[in-house]
Amino acid sequence: MKVATTLTVNGIPYPVEIEPGATLLQAVREAVGLTGSKEGCDDSECGACMMLLDGKPVNSCSYLALQAEGREVTTVEGLADGAELSPLQRAFLEQAGVQCGFCTPGMLVSATALLRANPRPSEEEVRIALSGNLCRCTGYDGIVKAVLAVASADGSA
Amino acid sequence: MSVASFVSADSVEDALQALADGARVVAGGTDLVVGARQGKAPLPEQLVAIHRLEELRGIEETDGGLRLGALVTHEELAEHPVVRERFTALADAAAIVGSHATRAQGTLGGNLMNASPAMETGGPLLCFGASVTLRSAAGSRTVSVADLFAGPAQTTAEPGELLVDVEVPAQPAGTGSCYLRLEYRRQMEIAVVGAAAAVSLEGGKVGSAKIAITALAPTIRLVPASGQALVGSDGGGEAVEAAARAAADASEPISDVRASADYRRAMAAVIARRAIETALERARGGAA
Repeated sequence: MKVATTLTVNGIPYPVEIEPGATLLQAVREAVGLTGSKEGCDDSECGACMMLLDGKPVNSCSYLALQAEGREVTTVEGLADGAELSPLQRAFLEQAGVQCGFCTPGMLVSATALLRANPRPSEEEVRIALSGNLCRCTGYDGIVKAVLAVASADGSA
Repeated sequence: MSVASFVSADSVEDALQALADGARVVAGGTDLVVGARQGKAPLPEQLVAIHRLEELRGIEETDGGLRLGALVTHEELAEHPVVRERFTALADAAAIVGSHATRAQGTLGGNLMNASPAMETGGPLLCFGASVTLRSAAGSRTVSVADLFAGPAQTTAEPGELLVDVEVPAQPAGTGSCYLRLEYRRQMEIAVVGAAAAVSLEGGKVGSAKIAITALAPTIRLVPASGQALVGSDGGGEAVEAAARAAADASEPISDVRASADYRRAMAAVIARRAIETALERARGGAA
């Protein structure tokens, strides 16, 4: 039986009705209707579903939506300022950090969390932090370059 | 079966009442929800979420030791200056759990109560002689971490009991510790083989030594013979080899998707030796 709750995603409160066992990923994609976050493995291996919960990274496929009530959820759709891409998003395009794009939403959210916690990561720190996010196209180099480009530019994601 | 009822507890008492009524607990969800997604076990029919309980948070220093709330995250453990300096093996372990997303959400209480034989924080806590407080609607009791694990994914806690905190006692002066694991991937990995070591040095001799093995038996376990091989020695190569061999001899590994039993047995001595060497180096005050 579905229950009513409110999920605040990218600053906007969405009243939704969801199954109590629904994951945050299911709720955001299906009930809220924001489909930027992807379901890759559905098993917390690939990071394609990564969101921020009160600013901290979460694999949303492995988190119950009802536990996000009253908290701030940020998805890839919340990283841009309107039509203006975030510096990290621009860097992904400039450094060829995007190929098929399926891992990109989770990569961007993961890298955003990294840069907030550690604004000047080394290449090794970037590679370790992003190794919970799988990419099957790019070979990671463009992604790592993009994160490092933003880190050396001004340290804000 | 799907989740029929979900409540988010406002107090520990609320949570204990829900447990007494048959609910199961969820905190960070990193084991419970993943297990359900993998088809290991469906989500419980009744769930009580404890993530809002402030009284279960926090790392407190207590007379040289630590009191760790059940909701302390792996991220908090890995970053805490006192944990890193004096209970280094626990920081080592917390720092390699899952990815930064897992560490931000997954809790120490959840890691312990999930009781995986491959869990990271169990070995260090065994070496440090930690205990946990289990509370139920009927009362509260203290159980050593050594007595908490009953088998793979099994603890000695009763269904109505909630792990509320972990007490880590003060360690002898001059203690160095280390946890490390054999891994194939740097994040979202589970120990193929792991070992924890806590050793103290007194005037150049090993005063105390505790060694625990991970992913090598139905539960994380201490290996007393391994510690005994070190105590009284100067912590040199021969004693370390004997201790590492004892750790390997105490292992009863299984074959699974991550490694064969033979490979695990062969690697047990290697990983134990590295953990012991690093713990000794740290006890000597070297950079490690």
